[in-house]
Amino acid sequence: MTEGLFAFGVFFAAIFTNNILLTNYLGMCSFLAVSKEIKTSVGLGMAVIFVMTCTSVINWLIYYYVLVPYDIVYLRFIAFIIVIAAFVQLVELVIERLSDALYAALGIFLPLITVNCAILGASLFMVIREYTFLSGLAYGAGSGIGWAIAIIAMAGIRTKLSIRSKVPFGLTGAGITLVIAGIMALAFMGFAGMIVIT
Amino acid sequence: MKSYKFRQVIKENVGINNPVFVQILGICSTLAVTNVLKNTVVMCAGLVFVTGLSNLTVSILRKYIPGRIRMMVETLIIAAYVIIVDVVFKAFIPDISRQLGPYVGLIITNCIIMGRAEAFALSNPPGLSLVDGLTSGLGYAYVLLIIAFLRELLGSGSIWGFRVLGDWWTNWNIMIMAPGAFFMLALFIWVVKGNFMKEKQGASGAPQAASAGSSPQPASAGGKS
Repeated sequence: MTEGLFAFGVFFAAIFTNNILLTNYLGMCSFLAVSKEIKTSVGLGMAVIFVMTCTSVINWLIYYYVLVPYDIVYLRFIAFIIVIAAFVQLVELVIERLSDALYAALGIFLPLITVNCAILGASLFMVIREYTFLSGLAYGAGSGIGWAIAIIAMAGIRTKLSIRSKVPFGLTGAGITLVIAGIMALAFMGFAGMIVIT
Repeated sequence: MKSYKFRQVIKENVGINNPVFVQILGICSTLAVTNVLKNTVVMCAGLVFVTGLSNLTVSILRKYIPGRIRMMVETLIIAAYVIIVDVVFKAFIPDISRQLGPYVGLIITNCIIMGRAEAFALSNPPGLSLVDGLTSGLGYAYVLLIIAFLRELLGSGSIWGFRVLGDWWTNWNIMIMAPGAFFMLALFIWVVKGNFMKEKQGASGAPQAASAGSSPQPASAGGKS
């Protein structure tokens, strides 16, 4: 019971208080590049949630059942990145075969995800904080959802911003996006008192 | 001719085509450690090492890498160098290595390294690629060092762990927390883009003077003409 509660806490913390994008700056590249339209950022957000949840589970299993018993923990970077790349390729193949609609919605985003720092970052944080299997699953899913929330909110703000607003030349593009991200990070810090799990 | 090419690469990467504020690439992994100057120096050293050597390796192997799996091969080369960096940090500076946590591993997914390998090393000889990798790493490192310097100074009133501002200074806690880095980087980009990069948008103004101001290199300007 307590483990379930802890996992729930981890899940909640990963979405709000320890948002992987706004407090750990992971996944910034695609966050800055793809957050111009709500539709594309929803697609990317969904793809990230799915891939992050599955790869954290696979990486947890590989870490504790292969790397730790054979004492080759230092190879974890290579192991994790191979798992992520292979998983993304596999999912792309499966989706392409099974569902055209899903492929049209998510397919183009999947190759982008391999180099998304947030996916690898979630796995690395998970093993460094020594989560159990259940908490690892909760952490992966929560981080994905948190990342998706952040990018979708940013896309909404940027759409509004592009309609009528005078941004100084020096701030156009990345500059104003970073300012908005900073304000969003401030807002998310308001959740910090709700739960204290790192 | 050859030295001109080298100089061109250096000028592009450090000045006019700096990866951070022109292309906004690869800030993911390193921005998180810019709240303390010491950690940033260590992290940037690791990054420059990985960028340079992975570019060199990819360039040496570029004729043998099959086109379809080149991304995978590049990722593995980068990961191998990152493991070296991680092991070295763990052995010689365990305290800092513990503070950096997962961020050393995240150098693998830094877009700059992959971007340089893909865009430059695959089509250029090894020597030039090494220089390109090192300088794009350095061009990235100095931006982050400036950010880290300001964040530590304003956030904790200290530099390199030593307190430099007196008791009268009230720490800006926001600077060492997450939003501080966003604001700092945005301000930095604003200053640089607003002052030095006008020539791309407005054709009027003084384009030559502006670009000379950002990277004063009379030698390469002479070589061009």
